[in-house]
Amino acid sequence: MNTIPVIETENIKKVYGDLTAVDGISFRVTKGEMFGLLGPNGAGKTSTIRMLYGFSPMTAGSIRVFGLDISKDWRTIRARIGVCHQENNIDPDLTVRGNLSVFAKYFGMPRKVADERIAEILKFIGLDHRADSQVTELSGGMMRRLILARSLLNNPELIFLDEPTTGLDPQSRHLVWERLAELKKKGVTVLLTTHYMEEAAKLCDRLIIVDHGKILAEGKPKDLVEKHVGRNVIEGSPVCDGLREMVKARGLEYEDLGSRIIIYCRDDAPLFQEINHKFCKDNCILRTATLEDVFLRLTGRDLRE
Amino acid sequence: MKQHPVSITSRFLAVWYRNWVVYLRTWKVSFLPPFLEPILYIAAFGVGFKLLIPSVKYNGLDLSYVAFIAPALVAVSIMNSSFFETTYSAFVRMYYLKTFDATMSAPVSVDEVTTGEIVWGATRSVIAATIMLAVLGVLDLVRWPYVLLILPLAALGGLGFGAVGMVFTGIVPNIDLFTLPTFLFITPMFLFSGTFFPLDTLPTWARGVAMALPLTHLSNLSREICLGFPGGMSILWSVVYLVVFAAIFFVTAVLVMRRRLVK
Repeated sequence: MNTIPVIETENIKKVYGDLTAVDGISFRVTKGEMFGLLGPNGAGKTSTIRMLYGFSPMTAGSIRVFGLDISKDWRTIRARIGVCHQENNIDPDLTVRGNLSVFAKYFGMPRKVADERIAEILKFIGLDHRADSQVTELSGGMMRRLILARSLLNNPELIFLDEPTTGLDPQSRHLVWERLAELKKKGVTVLLTTHYMEEAAKLCDRLIIVDHGKILAEGKPKDLVEKHVGRNVIEGSPVCDGLREMVKARGLEYEDLGSRIIIYCRDDAPLFQEINHKFCKDNCILRTATLEDVFLRLTGRDLRE
Repeated sequence: MKQHPVSITSRFLAVWYRNWVVYLRTWKVSFLPPFLEPILYIAAFGVGFKLLIPSVKYNGLDLSYVAFIAPALVAVSIMNSSFFETTYSAFVRMYYLKTFDATMSAPVSVDEVTTGEIVWGATRSVIAATIMLAVLGVLDLVRWPYVLLILPLAALGGLGFGAVGMVFTGIVPNIDLFTLPTFLFITPMFLFSGTFFPLDTLPTWARGVAMALPLTHLSNLSREICLGFPGGMSILWSVVYLVVFAAIFFVTAVLVMRRRLVK
């Protein structure tokens, strides 16, 4: 049974009128994995998630969750998953506890089981002292935590986290990270989207980068950095023609941003010393390559919206 | 897009429950309109019209004007309670609060959301009718125990008008456009459905138009129930009308809400 992937998508597409939001995406997520779905705004992340939990019907392709067909067995699947939405859709007409107890009804949880689970989950997410507060009194960070708590209410085996840490203060963010690590230890599978590449690199076992509805890269964060960027990055400014000619002549991989140049390199120190002294008058830095470099290299630096 | 088969289980009660919980928190305010409305109308028409209209003949009965309009006011309240619940209130939940999006990440179908909202609208109608009955009972304007049949009537009428409201919620682009159905549908019915004057005073063509309106049948039934069935079996047609009316708009509401929510 363990060989069945928790999520298996085959060539899924989503077309809205003239817009192809998702254009043939296939991937698998195995049990206990923390899987990242990264991409700029409008890349098709949320559309993909909405198809994965059976909210949006697919235009083409197939999705199996726990080995079940999402278009037929959506109700069974949804009973076993949690969804933490990107937008704030907590119910402002209810208290913190009220939000959770109404949601428990959606899962058909008996009152007593629900009450116990709510107490447990509020403690887990650090909101037990605000159980009877009006939702409108909560800060943005507490609201995000409440949405996360709501997605964990039914003890899901799989959770979809659509930008769970956007707008959180560092304290809350660390709490969320810790809790995700605990869930992972229990064998919960997580599909995560985020715009924080550091977070993705830290949390995800494996990830895909999507843009314009297509997968651009797939792999472990470290491998992706190694493969697409290298080990180090030299950032220098100002950029003079001499430097441009030199990087061209040596066949280096680089990006010219006008006032700044970014050079991806596999060897490091000597090149850096040379550029720093010769061209940039000590205004040059050498740093470790990151997932953010991969992301920007693959998806470009143009603004999306 | 692939159409899913209709998927309605008792889980729609969870959607209903959400609204019930919120209602219990604000009942002291929500309960005022159906309580004050009949008192205001009866004060205005009872005192103001008494000299102009000494009595109204209805199905062989000689009624005071207030006794004539009181049952129609109950019908109007049944209509308004569910219609405004499934239009403005449901639209706020759907569009501004994104409540339905959250609901549908749990094992609840879009059809159950629609059903839960319409049944909640009908519940508001039953609550309103109950409060009005209490007021009319105190004023001695209704006949017991027949009048208790108003409650199932409120449920039926509430389902119908709630479904109509839900259809509008499924199609209006923004909340301001609810003024259109209110002006073109609710207000004319309020005035011309045998509410404030007997239909047989109208010319034949106008009576025909009135007979096509759902509120005519709802207020007709309400009046028959409150007055102890002076009209006999003829009211069965009105029951059939309301059942068909509710069924047609319920199905339409399910379809338009799918188109609105499932993207």
